[in-house]
Amino acid sequence: MTTSAEPIQHGAGPSRQRRINQLGLWLFFASETFLFGAFISSRFITSQTSTPEDLNQALALALTIVLLLSSISAYLAETANAHDDHRGFRIYTVATITLGALFLGGVALEWKEALEYFPPGTIYGTAFFSLVGLHAFHVLTGLIALAVILFLGKEGRFGSKDSWPVEGVIKYWHFVDLAWVIIYPTLYLF
Amino acid sequence: MWPLIRGTLSGIVGYMVGALIATLTTTSTFSGEFALVLGFVFGLLGWLFGIGMWNAWGREWVGLTPKTEKAEGWRRYLRFNTDHKVIGAQYLVTMLIVFLLAGLVAMAMRAELASPGQNLFTADVYNKVMSMHGILMIAVAVAGILGAFGNYLVPLMIGADDMAFPRINALGYWMVPPVAIALLAAPLVGSFDAGWTAYPPLSVLNGDGQVLFNVAVIAFGLSSILGGLNIVATVITMRAPGMTWSKLPIFVWAAFAASILSLTVTQFFAASLIMILLDRIAGTTWFGAPGGGTALLYEHVFWFYSHPAVYIMVLPGMGVILEIISHFSRKPLFAYKAVVVSFLSIAGIGSVVWAHHMFTSGMAQNLEGPFMALTEAVSIPTGVIFLAAVGTLWRGKLWFQTPLLLAFFWIFQFLIGGITGVFLADFVTDLSLHDTYFVVAHFHYTIVGGSIFALMAGTFYWFPKVTGRMYNEKLGKIFATWFFVFFQLTFIPLFWVGLNGMNRRVATYQDNLGGVNRFASMMAMIMGLSFVLFVVNLLWSAKFGPVAPANPWNARTLEWQVSSPPPEHNFPSPPSVDGGPYDYGVVGAPTHLREVADPVG
Repeated sequence: MTTSAEPIQHGAGPSRQRRINQLGLWLFFASETFLFGAFISSRFITSQTSTPEDLNQALALALTIVLLLSSISAYLAETANAHDDHRGFRIYTVATITLGALFLGGVALEWKEALEYFPPGTIYGTAFFSLVGLHAFHVLTGLIALAVILFLGKEGRFGSKDSWPVEGVIKYWHFVDLAWVIIYPTLYLF
Repeated sequence: MWPLIRGTLSGIVGYMVGALIATLTTTSTFSGEFALVLGFVFGLLGWLFGIGMWNAWGREWVGLTPKTEKAEGWRRYLRFNTDHKVIGAQYLVTMLIVFLLAGLVAMAMRAELASPGQNLFTADVYNKVMSMHGILMIAVAVAGILGAFGNYLVPLMIGADDMAFPRINALGYWMVPPVAIALLAAPLVGSFDAGWTAYPPLSVLNGDGQVLFNVAVIAFGLSSILGGLNIVATVITMRAPGMTWSKLPIFVWAAFAASILSLTVTQFFAASLIMILLDRIAGTTWFGAPGGGTALLYEHVFWFYSHPAVYIMVLPGMGVILEIISHFSRKPLFAYKAVVVSFLSIAGIGSVVWAHHMFTSGMAQNLEGPFMALTEAVSIPTGVIFLAAVGTLWRGKLWFQTPLLLAFFWIFQFLIGGITGVFLADFVTDLSLHDTYFVVAHFHYTIVGGSIFALMAGTFYWFPKVTGRMYNEKLGKIFATWFFVFFQLTFIPLFWVGLNGMNRRVATYQDNLGGVNRFASMMAMIMGLSFVLFVVNLLWSAKFGPVAPANPWNARTLEWQVSSPPPEHNFPSPPSVDGGPYDYGVVGAPTHLREVADPVG
């Protein structure tokens, strides 16, 4: 372990601005939940729970695992940053970005197959491309945000003294992962 | 002016870049639908960065220090300014301009409807005119009170120096001008004729103008979401010491409840419009019957936002009216806590009544009863709010200034709107009333009555605070009465023609309804003229009116305890709160703003 095992000092509690930022981020998640909810519920209205035979279940499972692993590395990056372990922060952020990019690559592969078996003009294809596309767009924005904190944090700018930007981005990354944990069964597991 | 020019230039460049990318990467032409979408997105980003978001914010993302550009006088309003009072004033002026424009469009509609056949417009053009009126007025009702007074007053009323997220606030406002421009420019690419509701299958099949409508309204929705987020976060985290939840001015509660709605359900409008874009551009089949989709889905997703949107429009209106009634009858607000519970339950119940718009759409019949019952349940909290308004007025010492006059008119009109709504919520009567002018009249009584009259009342009430000058009382009263009287003469006949089977959303109607329609059209024109008085009064008074004292209404709430207009960070020293906001005539009640031993200023 490169990080210290001692807990960081929480004595004074989060500052006022930090509390405001946290609330704002959670409100944003609440709002986004409605956007995903609209598409997820529409999938059940138009195509009930039907799934085509040709779904690449192995690939989808692999993608899910990759994204869940990226949540772990994101958590490690956040913790490393809070303990002023700048090297750990960089390593785990790069790992997260790599896993996220791997996920997007997998989605591209999946789309290539899906275009053949259930194109957007079919009712399952409609839900599939809309939902996966919406989620992939969120992954892309998450990757950009991760790249920004990696770039800005290259000289140890954040650390425990200014951890909010890192924390906010990582929380967003977890949210995007969580969205996939719900989209995955919605599209594949019925 | 420089930020505006810079924003316009980078907006145009952004549009070109977006459209070019679309042209190069897909089969879309430079003026094709995908190019319009990508062009708008890049153009919007270009505009936002150009107007000042880059300097104030974007520089942080690449490790530079943000630059703030200071300006004085009217130039403050023409740039990316994070002061919530500037943003509130920007919203107010923008929304009043859009309101007057959309009002002119309504006059064109009434000119067409003055006689039965196709006169001024062809049926097709009429549909486009009607759609334009609809979406512009919806925008005014959604962002009028909440955008203008919500931004201007919420921080002042709770004793904060600004909103929780000032830069997001400025971002939200500056998204509005491109939205307005895109909507007004839609006629250049074929306009949109599917109404403000944009029902498929028409909205999937009609001209390219629909694409502009969709991207513009999605952007407006995003602005509305960000605004809602900001108000919710501000009320929760920025209250001054002593400003407990039970001492919040009632307008703040109303804005809070409406903001929770606009934060959440607006996403459903965005989702429904994104689905239309996907059907048009990406070849999906959400609403295309041949591929297995269903247009009924659109109505569910759309009304899941658009019914609660009515409460986004009306709740802040209720807040403004109750605020005015308490201050002008010099009495504590009657049943304050019940009103708060009502606001929240209107927001809650109002979110699960959407399918009453779909009784004639072919929805599952076993849903009609539950949706009818839930819809009528909304009238219980609404009734509580009427009761609070009347209970506050009861034996009050009424001070009949223009705001109170408009509040009286509001009570009357919203009552008519509420009562006629019962017949539309009952699916039995709705079957014959649906899609007639009865709905049009009901809707205008609730939204003009509930939101626009409150917007006018609030504009007069807070005019001295915003401009530092008094408006002309006599002209204000003449305007209010003129507007009110001719509003009745316009819309009461429309109930009647609706009962006689005149269909909404089309240019022509039965020959025997010509006389009543001609009368309604004439009355509508006279009603429209009343706004000359409104505009003249406000413009003239803002420049030449008598200088307003800090507290011309002798009101207790915090915004009146600072100078008119308030100083840059609102309070000379951090305020704290003591008594309730409405303890008028309560013996021994401490002031709302805690008195300090050595007041500053």
